[in-house]
Amino acid sequence: MSTYFVIAEHLQGALTETTFETLGAARALADATGGEVVGVLLGHGVQDMAGQLAAADRVLVADHPALEHFTPEAYNAALEPLLQEHQPRLTLFQNTAIGMDLAAYLAARLNWPLIAYCNGLRAEDGAIVTTSQIYGGKVFAECRLPEGPGMVTVLAGAFPAEAGQAGDAPRVETVSVSLDGLRTRFEELHEPEAEDVDITKADVIVAVGRGIQSEDNLELAEELAQALGGVVAASRPIVDAGWLPRMRQVGKSGQKVKPKLYLALGISGAPEHVEGMKDSELIIAVNTDPNAPIFDVAHYGVVADLFDVAEALLERLED
Amino acid sequence: MNIVVAVKQVPDLIEELEINEEGTGLDPDVLSFVLNEFDDHALEEALLLKEEAGATVTVVGVDTTGELDQALYTAIAKGADKAVKIVGDFEEGERMPTPIMARLLADAIREMDYDLVFVGVQAADDLDGQVAPMLAALLGLPHVGVVVGVEKADGAVKVHKEFWGGITADVLVETPAVLGIQAARQAPRYAPVSRVRQAMKEATIEEIEVDDLPEAPDASVCRMFIPEATGRAEMLEGDEEAVAGKIVEILKERGLV
Ligand SMILES: Cc1cc2nc3c(=O)[nH]c(=O)nc-3n(C[C@H](O)[C@H](O)[C@H](O)COP(=O)(O)OP(=O)(O)OC[C@H]3O[C@@H](n4cnc5c(N)ncnc54)[C@H](O)[C@@H]3O)c2cc1C
Repeated sequence: MSTYFVIAEHLQGALTETTFETLGAARALADATGGEVVGVLLGHGVQDMAGQLAAADRVLVADHPALEHFTPEAYNAALEPLLQEHQPRLTLFQNTAIGMDLAAYLAARLNWPLIAYCNGLRAEDGAIVTTSQIYGGKVFAECRLPEGPGMVTVLAGAFPAEAGQAGDAPRVETVSVSLDGLRTRFEELHEPEAEDVDITKADVIVAVGRGIQSEDNLELAEELAQALGGVVAASRPIVDAGWLPRMRQVGKSGQKVKPKLYLALGISGAPEHVEGMKDSELIIAVNTDPNAPIFDVAHYGVVADLFDVAEALLERLED
Repeated sequence: MNIVVAVKQVPDLIEELEINEEGTGLDPDVLSFVLNEFDDHALEEALLLKEEAGATVTVVGVDTTGELDQALYTAIAKGADKAVKIVGDFEEGERMPTPIMARLLADAIREMDYDLVFVGVQAADDLDGQVAPMLAALLGLPHVGVVVGVEKADGAVKVHKEFWGGITADVLVETPAVLGIQAARQAPRYAPVSRVRQAMKEATIEEIEVDDLPEAPDASVCRMFIPEATGRAEMLEGDEEAVAGKIVEILKERGLV
């Protein structure tokens, strides 16, 4: 029987949405192939969380003080012997700041194949066929994971979370771990600094990306946002450049937003950005590149210079 | 302190991408290459540490494009002390699977004197996993990824790791260690063309020649494709005046203006 391992992720005492999405994807594979889904939960005092992994048949819990907070070294040291022992057909990680630190490390340690950025999974004649989104979302790649153990990291938002939350309480088993000689020590978690503007509460967001070109040009975005009764947000490079505060960043490492209008100006639509805005009610994107992946999630698209469109729009709104 | 920065070039995503005839990868003939943007951040963070705490910075990469020199000389122009390129009978311009690249890099780095290895947290083409964690596993070192700042500590470094929603953590890692850099504390510096030219004249790039590709687990790519126009946006045509008018219409319909 094929076994599908799902490595559960949690931060600040709560399992993540992506954990349930991935669990649901594993459930579908297991149902198609007559297999078993095993949730793996690492932490300290996390027994109560195990029961929430409803779509799993079983949950293995590794409880250890060194696992209380995430560090790649301790998590990997706990996972490696577990995977080695069980040789699951497929181990599913999330393509997140946690899963990315685990999967590639363990793949190299165990000498197993790994497919990253996965947003599609199906079983076909004994193989597992994966679809991945690469090259900034511009290209899809289909791969076959041959017989034997393999791994994937799953993109956030690729599968519905509900499928991972449905099911009876899984059987919970405790596994022992020994973690000696760790060279990594967790010190402290930092919450983001509060900001006057909370983009997650805005009805209208004017989001700018690298196409905005300079800090001075943000003024145009600000004017447009004001005319629309909204706020300015940005892709990561704009925040990394220090042009806007971190709390204005939309995406994987920033905020998830669902405004009534998301106007994306000069944003390519990399999966890490799309993750944070794809559920917006109305998405209008302006980009000079007709092949920009942002047009795959937008409802309306304009292939044009963002400055021309923003100025024309501003004029109309001010009339 | 010795810092090794591992870099690679990736297709420039601003250009139009085409799939090769076999449908298994990008057509290398129409590609232009740029340094992976996260590797640029990795280099920047190494140069910042060099300025603050003193360090020797060595840049190393596998030359899969035949154009890696450009990236290496630019790194030297920015302040790196040494450059090493790994050459061999590689398919020029083709994507090298991460497990293979990581093994080639590990073999080269193992022979170097280093305290830290910095790598960009990910690259647009690492379909089969990221380089940094694989390198750490192969070198037997601790690793932290998604790093947005590194501080020198006693026999260790304190790294700032990012999670999501603006949450970060401080993690203390004993050196030697491998770090996957997401963003340097400041935007990567530019190297003036004159300095790059000077580096090309004065610096030498050390070459490591490999004969055979290492064995690595393989999940073969059966198909690469550019997603079809299904579910794509409805495109608004016309000049900017016309487009602005249409956008205002759409917003009015939805009661947004
Ligand atoms: C672990 C991790 C987490 C990440 N988290 C996030 C995140 O939370 N949020 C995020 O945004 N990114 C995140 N990223 C980065 C992400 O991978 C991309 O690098 C980023 O989203 C690209 O931003 P961009 O679209 O602004 O820039 P680019 O990809 O450079 O795109 C710029 C776009 O502007 C267009 N353009 C240029 N000039 C004009 C013009 N005059 N008019 C109109 N269009 C123009 C170009 O055609 C291009 O499409 C993360 C990356 C990693 C590795």
